[in-house]
Amino acid sequence: MPSYVNPEKCDGCKALDKTACQHICPNDLMVLNKATEKAYNRELDMCWECYNCVKICPVGAVEMRGYADFVPLGATVTPMRGSDAIMWTVKFRSGMIKRFKFPIRTTPEGAAVPDGGFETVADLNSHLLFTQPASTGLTELAKLK
Amino acid sequence: MENFETVEVTTDLLILGGGMASCGAAVEASYWAKQNGLKVTLVDKAAMDRSGAVAMGLSAINQYVGLKDGENSLEDYVKYVRNDLMGVAREDLVASIARNVDSSVHLFEKWGLPIWKDAEGGYVHEGRWQLMINGESYKVIVAEAAKNALKEVDGEIFERVFIVGPLMDGDRVAGAYGFSVRENKFYVFKAKAIMLALGGAVHVFKPRSTGEGLGRAWYPPWNSGSSAAFTLEAGAEMTCQEVRFIPVRFKDAYGPVGAWFLLFKSRACNFRGEAYMETRRDELQNWLPYGSVKPIPANLRNWLGMLDVMDGLGPIYMMTHEAIQKLAAAMPDPVEQKKKLKELENEAWEDFLDMTISQAILWAATDTQPEEKPSEIAAAEPYFIGSHSGASGAWLSGPEDLQTDATKADYFWGYTNMSTTKGLFCAGDASGASSHKFSSGSHAEGRIAAKGAVKFIVENNTQPNVADDVEALKTKVVAPMALFDAEKGKTTDPDINPAYIRPKMYMFRLQKLMDEYAGGVTAQFATNKSLLEKGLSLLADLRVDAEKLAAEDLHELMRCWENVHRTWQAEAHVRTVLYREETRWPGYYFRADTPKMSDDWFCFANCKYDPSSGEWTMLKRPIHKIVAD
Ligand SMILES: Cc1cc2nc3c(=O)[nH]c(=O)nc-3n(C[C@H](O)[C@H](O)[C@H](O)COP(=O)(O)OP(=O)(O)OC[C@H]3O[C@@H](n4cnc5c(N)ncnc54)[C@H](O)[C@@H]3O)c2cc1C
Ligand code: SF4
Ligand code: SF4
Repeated sequence: MPSYVNPEKCDGCKALDKTACQHICPNDLMVLNKATEKAYNRELDMCWECYNCVKICPVGAVEMRGYADFVPLGATVTPMRGSDAIMWTVKFRSGMIKRFKFPIRTTPEGAAVPDGGFETVADLNSHLLFTQPASTGLTELAKLK
Repeated sequence: MENFETVEVTTDLLILGGGMASCGAAVEASYWAKQNGLKVTLVDKAAMDRSGAVAMGLSAINQYVGLKDGENSLEDYVKYVRNDLMGVAREDLVASIARNVDSSVHLFEKWGLPIWKDAEGGYVHEGRWQLMINGESYKVIVAEAAKNALKEVDGEIFERVFIVGPLMDGDRVAGAYGFSVRENKFYVFKAKAIMLALGGAVHVFKPRSTGEGLGRAWYPPWNSGSSAAFTLEAGAEMTCQEVRFIPVRFKDAYGPVGAWFLLFKSRACNFRGEAYMETRRDELQNWLPYGSVKPIPANLRNWLGMLDVMDGLGPIYMMTHEAIQKLAAAMPDPVEQKKKLKELENEAWEDFLDMTISQAILWAATDTQPEEKPSEIAAAEPYFIGSHSGASGAWLSGPEDLQTDATKADYFWGYTNMSTTKGLFCAGDASGASSHKFSSGSHAEGRIAAKGAVKFIVENNTQPNVADDVEALKTKVVAPMALFDAEKGKTTDPDINPAYIRPKMYMFRLQKLMDEYAGGVTAQFATNKSLLEKGLSLLADLRVDAEKLAAEDLHELMRCWENVHRTWQAEAHVRTVLYREETRWPGYYFRADTPKMSDDWFCFANCKYDPSSGEWTMLKRPIHKIVAD
């Protein structure tokens, strides 16, 4: 079904002007049913199972059921994304459970400074780019010999 | 039908797309725009945080040259790309990206991307050119830097605006038009230059998946050939439109195989336990000199596996259990061995969880633990992704300092990464003949192109006139909604109506003809002149019927235009496969009527569409080696 919404959990993002899942879906699939104030995936067969709607939902209402045309039923893969790490719970068809935790970033959210602290020496007519040559780790742009 | 408001935006540099290349362009352009008092505007059909091919994350950075530590040279990278593409590469463009890519990677690290480190603090390599990352938030981080940069110069970002096509002022690009997928707004962006990076294309060919799984192709369903359509409609020359990419991936869920082949040193075997890379080795002699290079070109590796499949020797298995056990067994101490096993298991799962979560679901649903049993792999369907191991994209000017006396007349026309249409710059999947740039190289190339575009603006600082009739374009863009409104009442079911075709069915029609006539999965990737000519005539019918596309709402309107864009990509592809009378990349497609590689075709096969006459021109362009063998 790719992604689907648990009606008990979804609160329609409390009627804010745009819901989180709708905001993030790269394929414009998640929409709010105005009558029920619950979200749903409007085009299941165009879902990439990218999990962005799952990761962003503030109340954990979006879940995933593997594509029915080739995935046997019964398994789930569920993320919990924090500010610096993500934790995955993998439940096998047999019922076995495995957990994995991976870092996602080393800086606080929002803190990516465009020049990364590298000084720019370039001018518009040179072939050096913004932050160069410092960001290349060399003293000048590499050349073909 | 409800009214559409026209919103006009005037800017200096217009960045189209919000993916890896555009995020690089945003960072770069902001710096130069500030120095030169210019305005920068970026448009994305989705939300930049998670748009494009890196939306889910990635588990590796596939291009890092390692120049600062002397790991490799620019020449090494050029030779690698040239050989992988069977000799067909613009060496000036490849070198241009390669000399800048490390800089982008070092920026990613500063911005917060976790790159794996070894005990000495060096990057952990997956292969010679690849770095391992904890890449779940790769796109979030790269987009954050881009947005922060734009913010500093009051740049504007339009999300959820779908770009339909170019605005022109004679032979110079004057802007772009499109529409919001959220509200009834038609957008006109007027600009002095454009940096185009709307990604590659999927669903031009029929995927292996069916029904609910249709969206699960290797390439993300939201990139639909908009780069190719835009460049062609702007009258710019295109290159390598025949060089599609077919990745071999874990079967059905398309999980990545790179880590398995490179990091875990796994083999792939048929049902008899034979490894096609060994048993089929002699076949490589038919594709010399490229058959003898290391690493063996991607398409030839595909080809050897395909030969096994065509001989009925499937399933083809990635021997994950064998590889993991072998790596663990290398640890003599049993405690160490256990630790190593655990580590490898983690790495194997992270590889999928970072970038193809569906594959993790499939493993769990089939009770597969990679250390215990193998998993099937298969060749996917064809995609257009010039930044990866395909090469389709615009024909661009290289940087002046990388030209030689021999190349200058053919490869250089003033501004780095400018197409043959004035003011139109391209990067990432939108630029051709410079394969193997991947996420990091696309970012670097976006920066190169953006700087070229700013230089162009500074030296050509006039706002072009928009020669197009903007009201007529608006009528054209919203026509599918008007058609649906006018005709929907004439049948009891809106899906079936003789007056129109809905975009999904249109897409199926395109996919079916490409699959059967242009060498898709069903045709075992083989085609010939007669099939291609038949395909072209079916495409011509389809283009006529594109006028009858109907949309119920804005979302479906986007689907209509995505499929029009796919049709452009399809036609450029079929015409170029037809034009090149040889087989050069047997594992990508096989011209059964010209089954061998020919010296007559050691050249670029380019194409061009003339928007005023509707004519296509096919042309050969010379390949110049800049780096000696
Ligand atoms: C499955 C997969 C795995 C990969 N794995 C790796 C890897 O491990 N390592 C690596 O380095 N690289 C990898 N790559 C390659 C990498 O993702 C690409 O090289 C890179 O994303 C190309 O950048 P781009 O900017 O050209 O396109 P994208 O990043 O795809 O961006 C395209 C942008 O255009 C927007 N867009 C599209 N059409 C329109 C329109 N009509 N109007 C407005 N906006 C539009 C999209 O929303 C998006 O913002 C992988 C690619 C895929 C598909
Ligand atoms: S993000 Fe969650 S709570 Fe908000 S609308 Fe979507 S499913 Fe409902
Ligand atoms: S999984 Fe991805 S493609 Fe599918 S609905 Fe969620 S965000 Fe959209």
